Amino acid sequence: MQTKPEAALFVTCLADLMRPEVGFASASLIEAAGFDVVVPRGQSCCGQPNYNSGDRRAARSMARRTIELLEPYEYVVVPSGSCAAMIKVHYPLLFDEADALFGKAQALAGKTEELTVFLERHGYTPDAAPAAVRVAYHDSCSGLRELGIRHQPRALLKRSPSLELLELAEPEVCCGFGGTFCVKYPDISGRMAENKTADIAATGAGIVAMGDVGCLLNIEGKLRREGRDIRACHVAELLAGMLERPDGR
Amino acid sequence: MEVESGAFVEKARAALDDATLQHALKHIKHGFVEARANAAARLPDFEAMRDRARDVKAHTIAHLADYLEQFEANVTARGGKVHWARDAREARAIIHGICRAAGARTVTKSKSMVTEEIELNPYLEEHSIEPIETDLGEYIIQLRGEKPSHIIAPVIHLSKDQVADTFHEHHGRHGFHTRLTERSGMVREARSILRQRFVKADVGITGANFLVAETGSAVVVTNEGNADLTASLPDTHIVVTGIEKLVPTLDDCHLMLRLLPRSATGQDITAYVSFFTGPKRTDDLSGPSSFHVVLLDNGRSDMMGTEFEEMLRCIRCGACLNHCPVYSNIGGHAYGSVYPGPMGAVLTPSLAGIDKAGHLPNASSFCGRCEAVCPVRIPLPKLMRHWREREFERHLSPSGTRWGLRAWSMIAASPRLYRSMQWTASRFLRLIASNGWIRRLPLAGAGWTGERDMHAPAGNSFQHQWRKRGGRR
Ligand code: SF4
Repeated sequence: MQTKPEAALFVTCLADLMRPEVGFASASLIEAAGFDVVVPRGQSCCGQPNYNSGDRRAARSMARRTIELLEPYEYVVVPSGSCAAMIKVHYPLLFDEADALFGKAQALAGKTEELTVFLERHGYTPDAAPAAVRVAYHDSCSGLRELGIRHQPRALLKRSPSLELLELAEPEVCCGFGGTFCVKYPDISGRMAENKTADIAATGAGIVAMGDVGCLLNIEGKLRREGRDIRACHVAELLAGMLERPDGR
Repeated sequence: MEVESGAFVEKARAALDDATLQHALKHIKHGFVEARANAAARLPDFEAMRDRARDVKAHTIAHLADYLEQFEANVTARGGKVHWARDAREARAIIHGICRAAGARTVTKSKSMVTEEIELNPYLEEHSIEPIETDLGEYIIQLRGEKPSHIIAPVIHLSKDQVADTFHEHHGRHGFHTRLTERSGMVREARSILRQRFVKADVGITGANFLVAETGSAVVVTNEGNADLTASLPDTHIVVTGIEKLVPTLDDCHLMLRLLPRSATGQDITAYVSFFTGPKRTDDLSGPSSFHVVLLDNGRSDMMGTEFEEMLRCIRCGACLNHCPVYSNIGGHAYGSVYPGPMGAVLTPSLAGIDKAGHLPNASSFCGRCEAVCPVRIPLPKLMRHWREREFERHLSPSGTRWGLRAWSMIAASPRLYRSMQWTASRFLRLIASNGWIRRLPLAGAGWTGERDMHAPAGNSFQHQWRKRGGRR
């Protein structure tokens, strides 16, 4: 019997702490794509909050930790456009070219993939087709602009025959999460979220799916505060048929 | 350069609550964002042109001293004069000197952000010289005693009604007593007043969108033709601009001229593109008899060789403002700086000092749309991040933020701390949640729950549950 290749799931701290369902959904999709899932022990934050707040030193040490943790694996999958971009685009920029970690950062950057990119590249086809739903897709800024993720999640969603994919009027506009931005500038962030939920509602979708837990918590929280009857989920949860939750959301 | 970024948060709040402003800002989407997208789509070569433009500007900045010398030599050879101003004070003094020599009482001005940067108008007024803004937008804010809120559309923050009020209030003394509300009538009224001012002006001051080293030309684009009248009717023409506006050749300039209006307003070309090269020649029918170019440094050369050098490529198209979700929701005045939005967030600290710029490089979600549309591909988020790093190094960032970041990096580095933090936080969240949802959080979390709910995680962390289920680790 042939052994399956092994893929490391870097679940991201937001999913780990705030939305464990995204971890399980991702794991089941990666398995369905023909891989054995490993969740490397001791993983935490990729360092983005520190990096984007100007704390480069801490960001570097957090990057070093993540690089060493993920070094042994051939495939690294991240269910977040912004954390994947942190690893793929920004980690190599944190180290001097003379530093041994620069090469390691580049190696990690080369083998790390955002979840939908990974699934699409490995020809994953959803088997648990979700119930007939109208779904709007929200692009996360980092995934879209730093990694060029646009068609992959859409292609995956469109493969579910019962699913109708709807486009936002302004898919390129930020939802207002922005990491620490949303708590540092709550008024502006809140208005951006409001614009986004209005755009989502205008599509007539019952579900809005996206690839980043940051956007998800933001959009979900805004929809709920506004009393809108639209569910927000990670695209992995939708594909893995994991939307039914005990709390009935 | 005056910067008042301290009240950013309060001004932004007020801007979000200002219904008139919010209505006016809606114009950005159709007027600029969609127009740019259409213009870019019409030109298959657009992306390749952006690469070329980036390279041309980067090359020019790398050899700036040589090109500046060549520019000065060509201006001089055509009978003009170049003046070098290290800072705003020197620039104002030079301009004042030229105006005094010309016996100037009134000065017409076409739109120029550099004259805003050096606060020229109040200075001229103090010296009994009346500056008259001739760009319609600039004219309106001059009447209202305001500052521009956008680098190419200075009155983007105003409604037509507000302009009608302003004209009604100020045009009575020119014999116009009816309050006009229809666009073309209002424009006609302003034009007829400005025409008289054009003819009487002693000196004309323009900015420059580009300076061409090989010809010594100053290039100005307008849609109103006011720069031509400003430059040609008075006997003295002063061009005031920054040293970074240089391009080596006319070909390079044409490349820039194809990108600038498309990026700014979505136009293929502006209604007027004027090349001003030296004073009137003997066989010219009209034009100024003296031609001056005041080249302002004001912190620009200090950016060279630093991580901020890339900002010197900026051609002031305003696309980064138009596509910024922060700018397009709060407008330009909240920034409290001559240069607002993403380009201002990078440029203002360079020109005025990071200690004065506080919020500017921080008030961004780093969505990256500015960089995605910048015609000369300036990595604006990266440069804002560099400013945040400078602030962090110099302990200028708030101590609460610094403490939080340090704590987070320590927690993230230690699996044991991370687990116990998760355990405590999730129990706390569940404790204060009702039906799984939290409506109000304390401390930094208040920023979150002020605007949205938060879902309390239902169980333990993913890693904990994965281990319990016997998943591979
Ligand atoms: S930074 Fe780029 S997009 Fe912004 S004004 Fe300058 S050239 Fe235009």
